[in-house]
Amino acid sequence: MSSTETPVAPAGTTELSWPDPCEVAGTVRLVAPDGSRLPAQALELSGHGVYAAAAARTTPDQLRAMYRDMVLTRAFDREATSLQRQGELGLWPECRGQEAAQIGSAHALRPRDHVFPSYREHGVAHVRGLPLHELLHLFRGTEHGGWDPTAHGFHLYTLVIGSHTLHATGYGMGIQRDGDVGTGTDRDRAVVAYFGDGATAQGDVNEALVFAATTNAPVVFFCQNNHWAISAPTSVQTTVPLVERASGFGIPGVRVDGNDAVAVKAVTEAALERARAGGGPTFIEAVTYRMGAHTTSDDPTRYRERAEEEAWSRRDPIERLAALLRAEEHADADFFAAVEAESAELAAGVRTYCRSLTPPPAATIFDHVYASEHPLVAEESAWFAQYEASFDGAPAGGHA
Amino acid sequence: MSAETVETAETSATVETSSRPSTERLPMARAINAGLRRALATDDRVMLMGEDIGRLGGVFRVTDGLQAEFGTQRVVDSPLAESGILGTAIGLAMAGYRPVVEIQFDGFVFPAFDQITTQLAKLHYRSAGRLQVPVVIRIPYGGNIGAIEHHSESPEALFAHTAGLRIVTPATAADAYSMIQQSIASPDPVIFLEPKARYWDKGEVDLSGDGVDLGPDGWRSLHVARTVRTGTDLTIAAYGPTVATALAAAQVAEGEGHDVEVVDLRSVSPIDVDTLAESVGRTGRLVVVHEAPMFFGPGAEIAARVTERCFHQLEAPVLRVGGFHTPYPASSVEKEYLPSLDRILDAVDRSLAY
Repeated sequence: MSSTETPVAPAGTTELSWPDPCEVAGTVRLVAPDGSRLPAQALELSGHGVYAAAAARTTPDQLRAMYRDMVLTRAFDREATSLQRQGELGLWPECRGQEAAQIGSAHALRPRDHVFPSYREHGVAHVRGLPLHELLHLFRGTEHGGWDPTAHGFHLYTLVIGSHTLHATGYGMGIQRDGDVGTGTDRDRAVVAYFGDGATAQGDVNEALVFAATTNAPVVFFCQNNHWAISAPTSVQTTVPLVERASGFGIPGVRVDGNDAVAVKAVTEAALERARAGGGPTFIEAVTYRMGAHTTSDDPTRYRERAEEEAWSRRDPIERLAALLRAEEHADADFFAAVEAESAELAAGVRTYCRSLTPPPAATIFDHVYASEHPLVAEESAWFAQYEASFDGAPAGGHA
Repeated sequence: MSAETVETAETSATVETSSRPSTERLPMARAINAGLRRALATDDRVMLMGEDIGRLGGVFRVTDGLQAEFGTQRVVDSPLAESGILGTAIGLAMAGYRPVVEIQFDGFVFPAFDQITTQLAKLHYRSAGRLQVPVVIRIPYGGNIGAIEHHSESPEALFAHTAGLRIVTPATAADAYSMIQQSIASPDPVIFLEPKARYWDKGEVDLSGDGVDLGPDGWRSLHVARTVRTGTDLTIAAYGPTVATALAAAQVAEGEGHDVEVVDLRSVSPIDVDTLAESVGRTGRLVVVHEAPMFFGPGAEIAARVTERCFHQLEAPVLRVGGFHTPYPASSVEKEYLPSLDRILDAVDRSLAY
């Protein structure tokens, strides 16, 4: 490990060396990094007027709610990272920097929609109503899952990259068969599959796009292009902008500034409405940046420049929304202070909860292998119980 | 014989689906068809997915006529992508459906291996019992049909090593009819291995469905072995395509004065060790027969478990007759690779002479 190495930026590195990929034509951006809204006329010209109109309907309450969710998510994420550093968690995948992509898209969901996350969608979990501390079971090693996927329409984290995009598509095919698409009522539902730029190289993701396209399944493929698949830059996965992949599958693709929560919400809303109405799948590439390490086991100084991280830190999604709220006078100092206080409280609660999680009884190893009784599991479970009981009354460390 | 000739070996029997008691003499492929039809007719959540299973009726015609009867939303012609078929089946199961997927040939299951072993098998466990994924995977398996490579394999051990899956395989048309329905009724994922060389072997099938218990006792009975021939000198354990070969070997052995018992395991995971141990406790000798390679194969597991249970009753080591530690060979020499009647008799002789 070289975590103590000092990263050396190339001579002459400036911000210009790390141009903003969201300034590329065609990328939907409604709020600039400085928090100012882009002029309506310019958006109209670039064909993004429909999103600007949707964003204009986003109320100050909704903007404040998104800001609050982003700040709480970051506080939770920071706390979980610390807990791992202190040996309380086995591993933690940070979502820092991706809050707008996650919170913005999750705010477009309805209660009956269903989400299939990868393993970094802590912000989406929060918006879905999943108490954030429930995410810790998996990373503390007390459970593989940790929450009820049906209670919040939020599936378990999937660690095998891209596998869940097929589950999302199958779930969407189920929604179609239930008749919950295109009724024009609250009955209509859709599915969102979250995955990253690395996952787009996986066969399963490509098969999911094929199945969703040919069955017209109500699925939104939400790709957070955070630029790094552990150490591999996006150029290792693709030679074209990821959004261009979509058209080859016959799926509309939209590229959005993933650090602009307002734009992400508008784009995702449109895609979800289309899916619920029976219009079929959409591919969204949300261009963002993984500010932290891949996980707490990773060391980004080995493969990327600090200057790149600094360039992206100037595009911080939370600061951008805060600037918008201030500029439009939707929030005052009291609001920001209250959110700050709430996030400190959340972090403290998470810490207490994490430490209260103890290993389950060893006999639970045998629980839920099958949904119905199974003679081999029963036999091994009985043997194990007998073996454990053989220690009863024995001196510590010895057999009876 | 090429894969193409396999595809044209169509069966033409017409199956009545009415509930009147009726016993018909049917090939196994038609019995599975009748079982699938009954499952589709009795449970709206049941659906079939796979390559070429709809308009064509499958390359073996096992699903013949079902799309015409139940429509394209319930009998789905899938894109040509096995992982996609399994992955979407998992999603459909989570949405409350009971997908029955067909993998066209044994050797084509591996693109779906990850979805089966990493996702399907583990979701109930990972979710602490909150999610059930009752997917049935039908796989025509085994050799002896003169096919080109990848069309004759027996991959059951690769799946049996994974907790969370159930693996069954019928040896007769009657079992095929009932076991496919019980597999669909099971709350767990089931790999349903169809011995393709026996697709055209006929047997009596009660199509009334009255004899098929789809309750908890029904899918429990899926894993119960059946003694198909009683004997006192030696036990042969077989399943799927090798049961008929084992019975033929027992017949020959009888002519040589040996009274051989034959047990049809019916289930590879779990294995009904109780039935086997009871049999071997009486005969003292066991020969396990399967087409899968012997090395790390089901026979190895059976030998270990029966030896643990019957150590003092065994008169000879448990012997295995199965595939060699080679890829499945070219079809012109496959008969040398497969557990033939002669190779089974050789093992019987060696066990008796021990």
